[in-house]
Amino acid sequence: MPTSTSENATDEIQSAFNRHIEDLDTAPAWWKDSKAKAFETFASLEMPKRKDEAWRFATIKGLSLDSYAFAALPAISDAAKIVERSSFLEKCAGRFVFGDNETLQADRISPELAAKGVIWAPLREAIAKHSEILKDYFMKQEADLGSAKFAALHHAFLENGALLYVPKGVEIEDPFVVYNWSINAGVALFPHTLIVAEEFSKVKVVEANLSATEENAAYSCGVNHIFAGVGSSVDYTHLQNFNERTLGFQINSNIAGQDSNVKTISVNVGCQRYRSETHGQIKGSGSKVEMLSLAVADYEQEIDQRTLQTHSAPHAVSDLLFKNVLIDNAKTIFSGLIKVDPGAQQTDAYQTNRNLLLSNTAEANSLPGLEIDANDVKCSHGATTAQIEPEEVFYMKARGIPESGAQELIVYGFFEEVLERIDSEPLAENARRIIQEKFRKRLR
Amino acid sequence: MSNTLVITNLNVSIGDKPILKDFDLTIPKGEVHAIMGPNGTGKSTLAKALAGHPDYEITSGEALLDGESILDQEPDERSRSGLFMAFQYPMEIPGVTIANFIRAALNARLPEGEELNAPDYYKALYAKMDMLQIDRKFTSRAVNDGFSGGEKKRCEILQMAMLEPKYAVLDETDSGLDIDALKVVAEGVNNLRSENLGVLVITHYQRLLNYIVPDVVHVMYDGRIVKSGDKELAVELEEKGYDWVKELAGEPVA
Repeated sequence: MPTSTSENATDEIQSAFNRHIEDLDTAPAWWKDSKAKAFETFASLEMPKRKDEAWRFATIKGLSLDSYAFAALPAISDAAKIVERSSFLEKCAGRFVFGDNETLQADRISPELAAKGVIWAPLREAIAKHSEILKDYFMKQEADLGSAKFAALHHAFLENGALLYVPKGVEIEDPFVVYNWSINAGVALFPHTLIVAEEFSKVKVVEANLSATEENAAYSCGVNHIFAGVGSSVDYTHLQNFNERTLGFQINSNIAGQDSNVKTISVNVGCQRYRSETHGQIKGSGSKVEMLSLAVADYEQEIDQRTLQTHSAPHAVSDLLFKNVLIDNAKTIFSGLIKVDPGAQQTDAYQTNRNLLLSNTAEANSLPGLEIDANDVKCSHGATTAQIEPEEVFYMKARGIPESGAQELIVYGFFEEVLERIDSEPLAENARRIIQEKFRKRLR
Repeated sequence: MSNTLVITNLNVSIGDKPILKDFDLTIPKGEVHAIMGPNGTGKSTLAKALAGHPDYEITSGEALLDGESILDQEPDERSRSGLFMAFQYPMEIPGVTIANFIRAALNARLPEGEELNAPDYYKALYAKMDMLQIDRKFTSRAVNDGFSGGEKKRCEILQMAMLEPKYAVLDETDSGLDIDALKVVAEGVNNLRSENLGVLVITHYQRLLNYIVPDVVHVMYDGRIVKSGDKELAVELEEKGYDWVKELAGEPVA
């Protein structure tokens, strides 16, 4: 199989991109131009190499894009069924169901929210109707943790996504929910969720990336950007449960304005290989950013997590907690950096990575880091990797719980520290269910 | 054979060191037996070996629970067969609430695919918690996580109450307890005494037996029982001290 850097593959992607632009015939010129620029960036950047620090420990082989379809997708035959399956949260302020980049269902916001100026639109629609917002915010946060090439690919080929704009002072209790389904084999998905929360607004968003089948291999390269204005509160939960034949990238970044609260929670269960990049940009004083994640990796799965907490304003707090459970020959990488700029005095920054190994052949890599240029800060980082305590298992078995059940309970307990920080009980319950299903699947 | 826990000729080693030596004991249902003895005599080994701890190697012997041999069973099977051990040092299980832990243990006793009815379960749990003077808010606390010694032991007895074993082994349940906590735990155990339960209380001190009054007291030394008697034996032992045990075992006393 040729690699993507070969002449052939480059030509193929180039012609796929040309077709993609042709298909966008009615889109505004600025949109097409920005995509053309993104494609140039994509083409000019090299594929990650084994020696790149930002890809340390990651498997570089097999990142080739040759086998995926970037355009001319097969029709989706069972859209109604997919929409029906997109229902783990009953109450929501708005819901989009995307399947292979198509909008399968768009549940709009209430007239009351619309009257307040809230915008909730599929990107395909937003490029015509809300270009002023997109021009200011769309792809305006750099992918600076190693995946600039994939972010550019995302920008160039993206077809759809969710735009949520919450005007000043608007508080919304019910979550907005985005489902991104991978349906047909060989499809490249580009999920995109853009959240703009203006001053003193409050909003919750849930994104679920799922596969319709166990077998159909796909490629997903998603982006989530959050802009949290002064005093705003943004709560974003990302559930990733693609099938185990999917190659996934997720590039997340948020900018926290003054006195804002941003909480992001990732639950990663699926994909053959998954890489997430999360950048918390603490730009406003007095803000608080929480970055939480949990992952279960089994068999030959690889989950690669890169994080950055950049403090460029004083009196702000960032709190990162990434917990991973590894089974069989699974591999995880956590590489995180807390960066405190000279002016960011009185920063409170925490970074914790905890790994729990359920087998002797799993591999948990941890690279925590600090780079502090201010002198009056409280920063801590820590990483631990532990096996399940045999005495703990014996204690549970002595109560009649079989070994597999004991391991499962210990895993749930291990994750609870993250799960209890999910504010919505139905959402936390759904996260637990996804993890439970993964364990059930192992028993089949 | 039925309605008894019968241990015969049990030999148990840790590594290659024999600890229990041809140990015999029979506990009928409805009775409370106490085992006393000096440290290092094999009391806790008996408890751990019965529960199936992998570090304790059973070299020979038999243990029949209502006629069913349990020594070839996994620890979880033994528990489901009706054996319960209250641990001397109960493990902390971060993130797993008491309610979920006990529920998982009860669900493990149901046929595949069946689950407890939640309201019934909580009703039963709360009733037992009231009996053991355990605060309701404990149900949402992680098992033994940050518990005091007394809380841990009450939590053990709560599990025993919920799992309704046929035989329960209480391994030094009094260790680390002040007198008030000890009384609460003892009262909990007394409440569970019934025709359907055999209890083995392992202790170093006679004090516990003032509150859980045994039907039979055994004195253990060097891996076997050297004397058995009624509850007065415990008092006698307390008065004469463990040197007397050595005499009973036929060893010279220094």
